[in-house]
Amino acid sequence: MRVSLTTNERQVAIGLSFALALMGLIMAAAARHGPMSVHGIMAMALGLGLVFRLGGVLYEDPPASPDRDGHYDDGPTRAGITMALIWGLIGMGVGVWVAALLYWPEATPPWAATSFGRLRPVHTTGVIFGFGGNALIATSFYVLQRTSRTRLADALSPWVVLIGFNLFCAWAVTGYLMGETQSKEYAEAEWYADLWLVLVWIVYFVLYIRTLARRAEPHIYVANWYYMAFILVVAMLHIVNNLALPVSLLGAKSFTIWSGVQDAMIQWWYGHNAVAFFLTSGFLGMLYYFLPVRSGRPIWSYRLSILSFWGITFFYIWVGSHHLHYTALPYWVQTLGMTFSVMLLVPSWASAGNALATLNGAWHKVRDDATLRFMFVAAVFYGLSTFEGSFLAIRPVNSLSHYTDWTIGHVHSGTLGWVAMIIFGAIYSLVPLLYGRETMAWPRAVEWHFWLAVSGTLIYVVSMWNAGITQGLMWRTYNPDGALAYSFLDSVRAMAPFYLLRTIGGALFLTGVVICTLNCRATMRSAGQRQDARDRPLAPQPAE
Amino acid sequence: MPLRLHYNLEKVSMGLVGAIIVAASIGGIVEIAPLFTIDETVAIPADLRPLTPLELAGREIYMREGCYACHSQMIRSLADEIDRYGPYSLAGESAYDHPMLWGSKRTGPDLARVGGKYTDVWQVDHLTEPRSVVPASIMPRYPWLTAPLDTSNLSAELATLAKLGVPYDADKIAHAEADALAQSRPDSDGAADVQKRYGAGVAVRAFDGDPAELTEMDALVAYLQSLGTQTAAAKALMAGAGP
Repeated sequence: MRVSLTTNERQVAIGLSFALALMGLIMAAAARHGPMSVHGIMAMALGLGLVFRLGGVLYEDPPASPDRDGHYDDGPTRAGITMALIWGLIGMGVGVWVAALLYWPEATPPWAATSFGRLRPVHTTGVIFGFGGNALIATSFYVLQRTSRTRLADALSPWVVLIGFNLFCAWAVTGYLMGETQSKEYAEAEWYADLWLVLVWIVYFVLYIRTLARRAEPHIYVANWYYMAFILVVAMLHIVNNLALPVSLLGAKSFTIWSGVQDAMIQWWYGHNAVAFFLTSGFLGMLYYFLPVRSGRPIWSYRLSILSFWGITFFYIWVGSHHLHYTALPYWVQTLGMTFSVMLLVPSWASAGNALATLNGAWHKVRDDATLRFMFVAAVFYGLSTFEGSFLAIRPVNSLSHYTDWTIGHVHSGTLGWVAMIIFGAIYSLVPLLYGRETMAWPRAVEWHFWLAVSGTLIYVVSMWNAGITQGLMWRTYNPDGALAYSFLDSVRAMAPFYLLRTIGGALFLTGVVICTLNCRATMRSAGQRQDARDRPLAPQPAE
Repeated sequence: MPLRLHYNLEKVSMGLVGAIIVAASIGGIVEIAPLFTIDETVAIPADLRPLTPLELAGREIYMREGCYACHSQMIRSLADEIDRYGPYSLAGESAYDHPMLWGSKRTGPDLARVGGKYTDVWQVDHLTEPRSVVPASIMPRYPWLTAPLDTSNLSAELATLAKLGVPYDADKIAHAEADALAQSRPDSDGAADVQKRYGAGVAVRAFDGDPAELTEMDALVAYLQSLGTQTAAAKALMAGAGP
């Protein structure tokens, strides 16, 4: 991989890598044993590896040429896409595995590290943060530069963000396997990993703002509003939800400072807004750039994009309490969560509708181009799952659906149907461009991937809908004599066919991702020289 | 006019940043801040006791193995849940839980009131080989829970929780390790001290059947048997509400 750094930047980079290795050494030495020391050793190995890599480059390659400001900095984007694909394989592979375990509970070695409860957060962290997060970071760098017509503000910090973020992901998932977890859903990583992510995120935000400050376009494009909301609000959620008191600075164990009902509210304020600002906001940024570019049509309505952006940013933050209907959370908070969840449908459908209306006049392209079709399906599933989300948040509906697999089906219609599809659309748009080619190495494979992804998602979601509704009804059915009709175990038995179907759906989806990864690898290996002369920064000029 | 305003806002990056922070803060502040007027929001039952050191260690194993991913500990105020699991959960019952383990999914049943529902022997068998006692179960096996329990950190953990407001006094903190051991050895000298410190209702038993060795199984079973027994408030409330 070509890394374009000046001599001075290389020296700073070596210094930072040494610092990382030193930090790892201190962590490992201080903790002495347990997950934290393993994580220290991981950081040390990464730091030393980077030192050697940079040291090699420093003495062999010529330093970056002074005219690099005439090109965009796409190295971090290329690396980010590769990492997203690797995490996608890990996260979804583990996902299919844990899905299979619910049908064949013995289909795992008898080790602690491979039991369902430890693998399950590997799946969620792997796909949300590893796959989704890397895709967001990679595309945000690309989109930010193109829509601002300027190069990233500096050459080192994008690498700090990317490498630092992946170290966080690696710490998190290896920690779960070793039994280290805060047990807060989607925020399981322990305190030092959380602190590390805060550092990385500050670098990310500063880079974003500095690059925007250099922009050659007076206006900040919609996609960047969404990426900015993603960066800012995720920081806010992450910090508040993860406030914890470590038992000792020399060990991984900590206690969250929140307890009981406050902790539940903060957890789901975080949990649902991780859906909002990690899995929606950033990906809408992706949609607002790649959909118009690929279809060759401008965004249908500028006004609608303003309405939906502020609607999503303002309404979403209220809705987390719909995860706690009929619980010990005060009733008025539940009601607020429900009300805002229903209102949220307006900006959500405004976004989805805006995306679909943008395709007007380009439907022939949707028919012929699987890449654009990925984005079209993403917009459709975005509309469907936001409708379903508002529906499930209504108190009486939630009394049936909560705690059941309906929720799992809803989440996957959002993550497989919307988030993953828009990522694939972006990846198939970007990879040929980033590697100087006209098309992917195997254009037909994109078509295969599309149909595997769509059928996998549908099988998964439909089986989980059926599972959830069956469960919910069995739990609440009474006999005429007033006794509960079914034991809990009856409902477990009834799940078996749905769990099998879900595993098949997941496996189809995973097969598509394997094809995508191989296709990307083949494309990267046969990089061409094609360049778009217009795809370059404008001469630096001050923003208005 | 608002459109014009926005048209200009789009040119100022820090303006957008400020507007996003304001828009995204309001909901959280309105919903979360009032919950911290805790005295009015959450009535902590007078008889609520904190977990014993052994139960706390068990809770950490429960978290470590990800039990919360499939088992909730929050009975909703719905007729079928009350009939199936017992009195609905009160906010006060988890007031000392850092973090709470209400859960979000029931692949297995709710555990908020599972304490005392099954024998220790059943729990041990079920954790070691679930299908030996429940043939249709899809729960994983946990054969590694026979490992010795590491109690060296317990005093520090109690001290940390005390800083966060859980009522562990100096006496409890100082004797955390001894109490953990004694709770699994009913015939030992310290057994009575555990009940003196944590209440007469605390179970003092060889949870895994072997008083000679303190294992992770002892801790986890002690924790499971404590669920729903730390206060009688919910049962009293239901009894009062009945006909």
